[in-house]
Amino acid sequence: MDYAVIGTRVPRVDAREKVTGTAKYAADYSLPGMLWCKVLRSPVVHAKILNIDTSKAERLPGVKAVITAKDFGGWTWGFMATTRDEPPLAMGKVRYLHEGIAGVAAIDEEVAEAATELIKVDYEELPGVFDPEEAMKPGAPVIHDYRPNNVSVEYHWNYGDVEKAFAESYIVREDRFSTGRVTKGYLEPPASLAYYDPSGSITVWAAKQSPYFHYRHLAACFRLPLSKVRVVQPYIGGGFGGTKNDSVAGDFCAVMASKKTGKPVKFIYSQEEELMTSKRRHAMITYSKMGATKDGLLTAVQAKVIAEGGGYTAIGPLSMYLAGASIAIPYKLANFKYDGYRVFTNNPVCAAMRGHGITHTRFAHDLQMEMIAEELGIDFMEMRLRNAIDNPKPGTVYRTVNDVTLNTCGMKEALTAIKEDPIWAEREHAPKRVGSTSFGVGISGTAYVGGARQLGHQSCAAVIRLCEDGTANLLTGATDCGQGSDTVLCMIAAEELGMKLDDVVIKRVDTAYTPCDPGSYGSRVTLLAGQATQIAAAEVRKQLAEAAAKTWNAKPEEIQIRNSVVSLKSNPDKSMTLENLAKIASYSGSGAVIMGKGYSSYGLEPLDFKTGAGNGGTSYSFTAQATRLGVDLETGHTTVTDFLLAHDCGRPLNPIGAEGQNEGGAVQGLGQAIYEEFIIDQGHTRNSTFLDYKMPRSTDIPDIRIIDIITDDPNGPYGAKEASEGSHVSAPPSVMSAIHDATGIWFKEQPVTPEKIVKALKEAGKWGK
Amino acid sequence: MKEIRITVNGKPYELSVRPWATLLEVIREDLGLTGTKEGCGVGECGACTVIMNGKSVNACLVLAPEADGKEITTIEGLAQGEKLDPIQQAFYEIGGLQCGFCTPGMIMSTKALLAETPEPTDHEIRKGLEGNFCRCTGYTKIFESVREASRKSRR
Repeated sequence: MDYAVIGTRVPRVDAREKVTGTAKYAADYSLPGMLWCKVLRSPVVHAKILNIDTSKAERLPGVKAVITAKDFGGWTWGFMATTRDEPPLAMGKVRYLHEGIAGVAAIDEEVAEAATELIKVDYEELPGVFDPEEAMKPGAPVIHDYRPNNVSVEYHWNYGDVEKAFAESYIVREDRFSTGRVTKGYLEPPASLAYYDPSGSITVWAAKQSPYFHYRHLAACFRLPLSKVRVVQPYIGGGFGGTKNDSVAGDFCAVMASKKTGKPVKFIYSQEEELMTSKRRHAMITYSKMGATKDGLLTAVQAKVIAEGGGYTAIGPLSMYLAGASIAIPYKLANFKYDGYRVFTNNPVCAAMRGHGITHTRFAHDLQMEMIAEELGIDFMEMRLRNAIDNPKPGTVYRTVNDVTLNTCGMKEALTAIKEDPIWAEREHAPKRVGSTSFGVGISGTAYVGGARQLGHQSCAAVIRLCEDGTANLLTGATDCGQGSDTVLCMIAAEELGMKLDDVVIKRVDTAYTPCDPGSYGSRVTLLAGQATQIAAAEVRKQLAEAAAKTWNAKPEEIQIRNSVVSLKSNPDKSMTLENLAKIASYSGSGAVIMGKGYSSYGLEPLDFKTGAGNGGTSYSFTAQATRLGVDLETGHTTVTDFLLAHDCGRPLNPIGAEGQNEGGAVQGLGQAIYEEFIIDQGHTRNSTFLDYKMPRSTDIPDIRIIDIITDDPNGPYGAKEASEGSHVSAPPSVMSAIHDATGIWFKEQPVTPEKIVKALKEAGKWGK
Repeated sequence: MKEIRITVNGKPYELSVRPWATLLEVIREDLGLTGTKEGCGVGECGACTVIMNGKSVNACLVLAPEADGKEITTIEGLAQGEKLDPIQQAFYEIGGLQCGFCTPGMIMSTKALLAETPEPTDHEIRKGLEGNFCRCTGYTKIFESVREASRKSRR
């Protein structure tokens, strides 16, 4: 493919601002006369709120407003109409530790904080429940009256005939796998500056990766038309799902305090507030039963997945859909049964995070497949190659038993690339033992959905305005929260318009001006906002071609534009600058405004959460990963030295960006596999600092190599699929496979910490040997 | 209030600060230099790294009175007008950043590292950036950026 901009290595469009410190984030904004907001948080995990006395706080000099749940008139929010169970501040009941109880706005942060301590709250403590399997038992404390069994989401899907398939299998295994309580771990805590102005409109500068969620929340909460809610987006210090998709207590309190006082109100959460209270990944237990033939071909999978949900439902219905929907990819599977339960507990709320839903079950099933291969004496690579879905021939589609449709599948090609690389091919020649360290190499083969959709609004939109000097403004509601989408969207516009990349300018999302957008989640922006940008640019290009054709007495299809130069295809000597053409197009006759708009259309096939049938997105990425690591058999310490990822993202449009996504995703996956976990004791988070919650640091990082598998998917711009979440999903099973190779022990619980390794080595009689 | 004199990015300041104010608060709020970020406020993430008398420090852990008489360089002090510092240029070209929130601190730690060790080994790069978290990049392109910055600085 002969592209001028797509596929080239270009700096990020926001790189200059970010390396000079001029990029402004929510906490960097302020307005004259601004007040500071602090949230009072519950010291108890499960309780009735009997009374809140704010009188002392209100009398403290400098305090301008105190907000409690009653200010919001009973409004609640949630992912679906049937799950709107979460209030801005705890309403009548507290469901997890440090849930927001009240907000204070004062002349500075210290006064606001001091005032929160003067609010007197009477609680009647209730017994709590902290383990999802305990919470499902009859007689467990009830967390929400509308779900007396504590099950917030429940799915039962059944495809093929699992019982018959197990009966006919040569081998059947049953195992219990679990994933830990992990957090997004961005460095920028939630923050916002809010102003409810005298005209009755809200403007907020808020750290949101999906600003249109917040826009809808604020309109609904404050009973305003959407046209009076303006979310201006600063730069965002990382998202990864969860909190920055949604709104937090501070957001609602700041706007309410601004409404009450007529002043702008700002809040910044502390990192400890973030780590104690913000939405994080679900921890899931997967009871998996897997069958195979003597040759290792998978016959059936039965998965019972129990997810810890925390105190509210949040986006749980989607999480549980994703955990089940990926069971039949990337390996051929004719029979599967899925019973998914998301269960309320008195722990902080669980929601989306990179690798959403899919990371749990793919981890379980990739590992279980290796266990079966081991029992059957089949090489782990060979086992995967035998089962992997073939790449459908162009124009054909592979359909799973639950109607997930694949237009392209690079799984086999990716596995083969790993198989041929020395890390795998020559693994027997690498040292196996140095001192007390035993080395191992492991692999994984996983899939992830891109272009994700929820059940409602799906399309992204873009507007391109041509300027009379031949440059262009690109407007989209899609958010770059760090992943690099602003750069790739500018590249797409430049490619389609024949413009120099520097001549396409994108600004941050502003809901007053940019087109409405679902949000930046589920690896969807490049695909969907990308398609919208392509369409908008094609519209502008058409108008330009018509103007050039008129000038040269030619046909529009004879006009070519490349690198901001316009020429005739048949006679390239006939040319002019794009600037010149822009002036002609803008000024001829009474003048014209050259604009194009587009919205995406991919990903609208049927989808049913109830049955699990259909596509949760536009296309699927496939990742094969090899990991080399060493385990110290005395201390249990794991040192990961190498990651090799063969990743099918269709086609990398912005290679630097795609590599960065894969590298970052894989390292976040590494954290989940061996380091990270919230220790929560009776609802109390014991490691709510970065020091105690161990994320990978520079000294923990393996050498990472990436191999691009090009499959050119028809459901994405220039053949693109997703990059980033796939690499997050591939890392944990690959790491576990390598730890098994190094120790001979299967670890089924994430994270595999040194303590767990030492304990297992002791049990196996291998400790220090 | 406590009177302090500090030099920030070559500019002298006389300030009256609360004795318990941190250098980070002074830089961000009193001087309006918001390029230095607060990630955790307790010295664990490195986002607020600045250089004080040649050494990289977490500005959130330095009390403003401790900075009295000191020379401070922040991210805003690196570029010469339009011309980026070689470290900034390397991060820009290689793509050693994503969300950008850790970037100012990461670049300041690199500045301190290269000042002391102009040609760091891979191990020295990792050790030099140990105090700076990045959750986006997986550090790989940051390491590459530091190597490139080392090359550029020696040219």
